[in-house]
Amino acid sequence: MKPKVRVATTSLAGCFGCHMSFLDLDERLLALAEAVEFDRSPLTDIEHCGVCDIGLIEGGVCNSENVHVLREFRRQCKILVAVGACAINGGLPSMRNAIPLEDCLLEVYRDGVGLANAMIPSDVELPLLLDQVRPLHEIVKIDYFLPGCPPSADVFWSFLSALLEGREPELPYELLRFD
Amino acid sequence: MTKCINIDGVNVPFEEGQTIMQAAENAGVYIPHLCHHAGYAPHGSCKLCSVRVNGRVCTACTFPAAEGQSVINNSRELQADRRRLTQMLFVEGNHNCPSCEKSGDCRLQAVAYYLRMEDDHFPLFYPPRPLDSSHPDILIEHNRCIVCSLCVRASRDIDGKNVFAVSGRGAHKHLIVNSPSGRLGDSDISTDDAAAHICPTGAILIKGQAFHRPIGQRLYDLERIDGSPHAGEASHEA
Amino acid sequence: MQDFITKTVAAAEGQPQRLLEMLRAVQQAYGYVPPDAVEFLSAQLGLPRGEISAVVEFYGFLSSSPQGVYRIVFSDSITDRMLGNQALFRLLADLLQVQPGVVSSDGLVSLDFTSCTGLCEQGPAALVNGWPLPALTEDKIARIAGLVKQRIPLLDWPGYLFEVNDYIRQPGLLLQNPIAPGQALQAWRERGAAAVLEELEVSGLRGRGGAGFKTALKWRLCAEEAGPERVVVCNADEGEPGTFKDRVLLRLYADQVFEGMTLCAAIIGARQGFLYLRGEYLFLLEPLRQILRSRRELGLLGENISGFGFDFDIEIRLGAGAYICGEESALIESLEGKPGVPRNRPPYPVARGYLQRPTVVNNVETFLAAAAIGVYGGAWFAAAGAGRSSGTKILSISGDCARPGIYEYAFGVEMAEILRDCGTEDVLCVQVGGPSGTLIDSSELQRKLSYEDLASGGSLMVFNRGRDVLGIVQNFTHFFAHESCGFCTPCRVGSRLLQNQLDKIINGHGSAGDVAELTGIAHLLKNYSHCGLGQTAANPVLHALQRFPELYESRLKKISYEPGFDLDAALEVARRMARRDDPAAHLAQTEEEAHD
Repeated sequence: MKPKVRVATTSLAGCFGCHMSFLDLDERLLALAEAVEFDRSPLTDIEHCGVCDIGLIEGGVCNSENVHVLREFRRQCKILVAVGACAINGGLPSMRNAIPLEDCLLEVYRDGVGLANAMIPSDVELPLLLDQVRPLHEIVKIDYFLPGCPPSADVFWSFLSALLEGREPELPYELLRFD
Repeated sequence: MTKCINIDGVNVPFEEGQTIMQAAENAGVYIPHLCHHAGYAPHGSCKLCSVRVNGRVCTACTFPAAEGQSVINNSRELQADRRRLTQMLFVEGNHNCPSCEKSGDCRLQAVAYYLRMEDDHFPLFYPPRPLDSSHPDILIEHNRCIVCSLCVRASRDIDGKNVFAVSGRGAHKHLIVNSPSGRLGDSDISTDDAAAHICPTGAILIKGQAFHRPIGQRLYDLERIDGSPHAGEASHEA
Repeated sequence: MQDFITKTVAAAEGQPQRLLEMLRAVQQAYGYVPPDAVEFLSAQLGLPRGEISAVVEFYGFLSSSPQGVYRIVFSDSITDRMLGNQALFRLLADLLQVQPGVVSSDGLVSLDFTSCTGLCEQGPAALVNGWPLPALTEDKIARIAGLVKQRIPLLDWPGYLFEVNDYIRQPGLLLQNPIAPGQALQAWRERGAAAVLEELEVSGLRGRGGAGFKTALKWRLCAEEAGPERVVVCNADEGEPGTFKDRVLLRLYADQVFEGMTLCAAIIGARQGFLYLRGEYLFLLEPLRQILRSRRELGLLGENISGFGFDFDIEIRLGAGAYICGEESALIESLEGKPGVPRNRPPYPVARGYLQRPTVVNNVETFLAAAAIGVYGGAWFAAAGAGRSSGTKILSISGDCARPGIYEYAFGVEMAEILRDCGTEDVLCVQVGGPSGTLIDSSELQRKLSYEDLASGGSLMVFNRGRDVLGIVQNFTHFFAHESCGFCTPCRVGSRLLQNQLDKIINGHGSAGDVAELTGIAHLLKNYSHCGLGQTAANPVLHALQRFPELYESRLKKISYEPGFDLDAALEVARRMARRDDPAAHLAQTEEEAHD
């Protein structure tokens, strides 16, 4: 039997919508399970990414923890894939980039309406926010991009089946979309 | 006898005074473009219509067609470079397609699809740009402006109003409104103006029409920007 | 203000083409162009206010927000840097207690940098309210700070501060054989237009701005265009860093330049002429106008010139701080009172130039040479030079040399000879033709000055061993990004991407792939830009990469990829607001460093 391809997935500054779309593979998930086993992923609850063939990352990079996770994936995965609009260009979370981070924090934690014990959280366990949300390719080298918000299940299928069959993945025109 | 230029091995007739773009459009040959629009004064700024004319790079929208020209339009090199130029337009502004009501009807997005652009490639600029919602019926979302000046030309040459101008230099190039306050609400633009409808992106929008066509039925859900139909139905469950 | 605008508009005869001149007057009077001024100008000139604002925001010397009573800008050409402009800038900022780019709270002074001011052989230089302050020293800076603090009017500042020198180190054919006023016109009168044009043809004279188009052909093409009105334009917008020869020519040989323009007008049949003078040369304006007046008195300009039955006059129009206006079609746009955005070509200016009229645009030096050729003949000129580069070329030499200044050489001269003459030792590299030209290293000094080998519009900058090549390239690359007009995508976006990518490598954040990325951006700029600015903007990066690849490599990290921005600094705001400084509140710049 061919050894299974190890895949890890995670969501950084994302909404898990890309993961939900992945699950839309429906019955094709069964076929995929024949060839693939999952490492770190919301599907497995494995905490740290082991050595993998493919890493799928949704979401952009908005805080220090995102940077650490992204680096772990880059270190462990042969092929790293930016999945969805946020991973590719920052997406919706990056709309805060037009507002100075200081103003964001003050509005949310100090000056906003209806806040009790208003204060800026300070705890070593909490990741700190970057001044701007960034796409993955500005932090580490990315091998492939799957655009879409989210990319459809067909996009995942087309991409993964190409990789599994040893072909160079190429999205057909109909699957290439940014929304 | 009809005069012809040759585009990618195909003879394309033209009339004296026509640009390569005009000849191509008449013949149904697609050359990617954003700042060009049939009937508008040629501009030549977006550079997406760059073609090789007898070996030399020219913009098809400004370069006069002439007998004997051999034009390369659809080469691997040109398409790759046009993709990079499109990526430049994306990183220069804030083009957040999922949150843009022009998505699916947007020429910038459709050209990007045509050029098989999957990512932004370059680091993003994330420029802080304002929104002008001062007009009751028309919105300017400067984040999506690619300074193609189509609205400037539309307002000046078709509407006879001069509502818009392009100001600034270099990376600070930006669209301005010709009103005492600089806001669109104080200008004399109206929803009947060509300038209110010509924007290739979602920078100038008519209010109250967001998402009036569902995904799957928008312009570029149904056909490609080069006019060819989709090979299959776009599958999207949203 | 309305009265002031009315007077200003009247002084410019209500011509919208002279908008730049009116805006300069407003800027001078109010320290900026206030919104009201835009309204009044719009009403009086019948121009949309958006078009007026677009002009204000295009030119470096105009501003839509208030500037200091004293607006001081330091020239930031690489030669100014080599002469220590950064330290002097900081000194002045300290003495006046102002931040760069911010008007002092009392509104007294604003301090900033500007592109090369054309005083490279006597730098570091600055401009105060448009007037040059060459050869700055710590003593002069202290003096200037004192004058500003005491609010002494500029007119009462000591003259030595403004003293610009003309260093003609090595005159040649043209500089040694000036003509007398009217001599070239006399030759035209005696021999006829066709014969003079023939002499010009024989001379082989090509455009001295750098592009090298045959002058006789340009004049002939323009003469053959239909249309009642033709125009002669002298391009005195020498903005290429390291060039200052036109400044000297216009101080010492202006009469001959005007004669060359008049000769051109006589041959092509033009009645209207312009000298487009870069804004940095404001101090030349009055002396030049004086020369025009004296030529009119001598009957060499105006109606029925010298009794030859031909009318021609010259108007001087000032630029306002935009390098791009040296490009001939951008210059024409600027002459028409618009932002200096290069036009699409064809049509070329000889067919449709100023106000769509057939127009000859030539460089200062070209007109100077044409006048001499009119008098001494084409063979006289063609005897100098080599191959398809005939005659002589006037160079502005600056940088690491004992005798910076003006040199005139017959084309074909080797770089080594030029460097010997101006007194160099231990040369590392030479920038020929300015940032848009060619960088050569010390193994290429046998190369020749010519259109075929090393072309130059007039700039030649010398760099010694010990100079930082990447620092030079960085200065040039930032210059282009700053001066891009922003019209076309590859230059507007690409020049900034190139700058950021180069900075990334120079700042030590680059890895192997980043050099490939750099050349990729350069390729797009070079091949797809609308005009010469964008097409040459990557030359410094590419030329240095060809000659000094090890310098780039030495800055690269042996890792796969590193962010182009400072990751840890990106956490600074959050750290401050959470009052944290624990290890988890910091980020290493690279994966590798995170595990060290």
